Amino acid sequence: MAMPEPIIARRRNEPMGSNTNRAIEIAPGVHWVGAFDPDLRSFDLILRTANGTSYNAYAVRGEQGVAVIDTVKENFAGDFFARLESVCDYAEITTVVVNHLEPDHSGALPELLRRAPQAQVCLSIRAPLMLKALLRAADTLPRGFKTVTTGDRVDLGGRTLGFLHTPYLHWPDTQCTYLGELGILFSGDVFGCHFCDTRLFNDKVGDFRFSFEYYYAHIMRPFRTHVARALDLIEPLDLSIVAPAHGPVLRHGPRDYIKRYRELATPRLTNEAGGEKTLLVFYLSAYGNTRRMAEAVRTGAETLTGVRVSLYDLEGVEPASFVDLIEEADGFALGSPTINGDGVKPVWDLLSSLTAIDIAGKLGAAFGSYGWSGEAVEMIEHRLRGLKFRVPIAGLKVKLTPTSSELKQCQVFGRQLADALITPASQRFNAD
Amino acid sequence: MPKAKVTFADVGVTLTVPAGTRLIEVSEKVGAGITYGCREGECGTCLTKVISGGENLAAPSVLEDQVLKDSFAPRGHRLACQAQVLGGDIVVKPV
Ligand SMILES: Cc1cc2nc3c(=O)[nH]c(=O)nc-3n(C[C@H](O)[C@H](O)[C@H](O)COP(=O)(O)O)c2cc1C
Ligand code: FES
Ligand SMILES: [Fe+2]
Ligand SMILES: [Fe+2]
Repeated sequence: MAMPEPIIARRRNEPMGSNTNRAIEIAPGVHWVGAFDPDLRSFDLILRTANGTSYNAYAVRGEQGVAVIDTVKENFAGDFFARLESVCDYAEITTVVVNHLEPDHSGALPELLRRAPQAQVCLSIRAPLMLKALLRAADTLPRGFKTVTTGDRVDLGGRTLGFLHTPYLHWPDTQCTYLGELGILFSGDVFGCHFCDTRLFNDKVGDFRFSFEYYYAHIMRPFRTHVARALDLIEPLDLSIVAPAHGPVLRHGPRDYIKRYRELATPRLTNEAGGEKTLLVFYLSAYGNTRRMAEAVRTGAETLTGVRVSLYDLEGVEPASFVDLIEEADGFALGSPTINGDGVKPVWDLLSSLTAIDIAGKLGAAFGSYGWSGEAVEMIEHRLRGLKFRVPIAGLKVKLTPTSSELKQCQVFGRQLADALITPASQRFNAD
Repeated sequence: MPKAKVTFADVGVTLTVPAGTRLIEVSEKVGAGITYGCREGECGTCLTKVISGGENLAAPSVLEDQVLKDSFAPRGHRLACQAQVLGGDIVVKPV
């Protein structure tokens, strides 16, 4: 009778090297000391991870000391420390760089600081408050930490770490670290993806293109403007390797990935409106009342030149397509009747899909027909403000069937929205 | 009423606002990149660099001072949700 040997059988199926716990050299004196997490299937509640992930941490050796760049998720600390110990003694560590405080990278930080208390912690000028809140439960606060920003450097002896201030990729504290002598960018989550493959290098691992795109779409897309600013800092660098905090180390054609980020951060729809402002009007309507309002809003908005207005029935498409439109639009108005004391579900589905995009500075507005209590418009406006839309024009409600004078009001409302869009930013404060 | 001229360097917008206005109220309207959370001077999210004209902002409150200290904010940084303009020219940008 064959004896089941589940553990051994599983080991045999694992790619080579996954349990060797040895550091992997990525350049002379630079080692990957991270951890592989092949079994993870969901990340941050918002991503699915068919291929698991890796938490990439790195050790850089200079003549005068060793720098550790990022750590790993707490329950993988054992792998991280084993790999780190294979390339240095804790006493040699002079610098710990924290590119990002999210627990998937800072999980082993308190223990690392216990083992290397002499190390100076370098983090973004946006990080200290968060660091304190994160380490509240741990009893270690770094003894020496210094905040760094673009242009600051740490000399390890023949190896210099320079910092790039790249906030909101995808937390306020994120930064990148550049090892100039070797052209290596330790980028943090940027250029990363959830793809666990112990062959580590992008020219060796399986096809991870889907994961790269998916990671951008879910983690970086909401911060498009910040991505573009970070790329302004990164593109001029001499680069031989991009070493992100998740997924493959990009040593083959690293610039291709930077180029791809630039494409992804550039508006995806050709803007045929040219210099015009764009206003999208969405509506839902059971009996045509809110629809008639929407049409009047459009008519009113179109009386101003310089604004291109588009009208859509929200029932017609999945929210994702409209999210793409809103990402490129200057403003949008949302019309919903009140049904059972609320706006209708497609409205909330659309609004809850907007966390995927950057809405800073966009204009929002709400309108709708109602029967007796009319809650929807205020609820939508409230949500728009919560999402940080500008809501300069108060919402418009009409009881049941709009009269011709109420339709006139809808036109005025549309015209006001258009006017708020074409008012130059420098005059908005007094105009609103 | 006394006015101040505020420039948001990241979006290149300058506008004139009444004295007493808080930076965040303006930055929000012009779509500048200053982010915010609590708007009550507690979370530190709205940390902003004052490039020039710091003397034209009302002095930080005890609360703001504490948050700036806790954030190890370098000199010339303010919380946009707290800093009120007094007059003159002020140039700021997000951190
Ligand atoms: C992808 C992602 C985005 C986040 N965005 C925000 C945010 O916009 N504002 C905020 O206050 N916290 C944000 N956070 C931080 C979480 O709220 C914080 O880490 C929290 O402690 C997580 O709680 P949990 O352990 O119950 O998941 C974000 C976290 C993740 C993972
Ligand atoms: S927004 Fe929280 S301190 Fe200003
Ligand atoms: Fe992250
Ligand atoms: Fe991460």
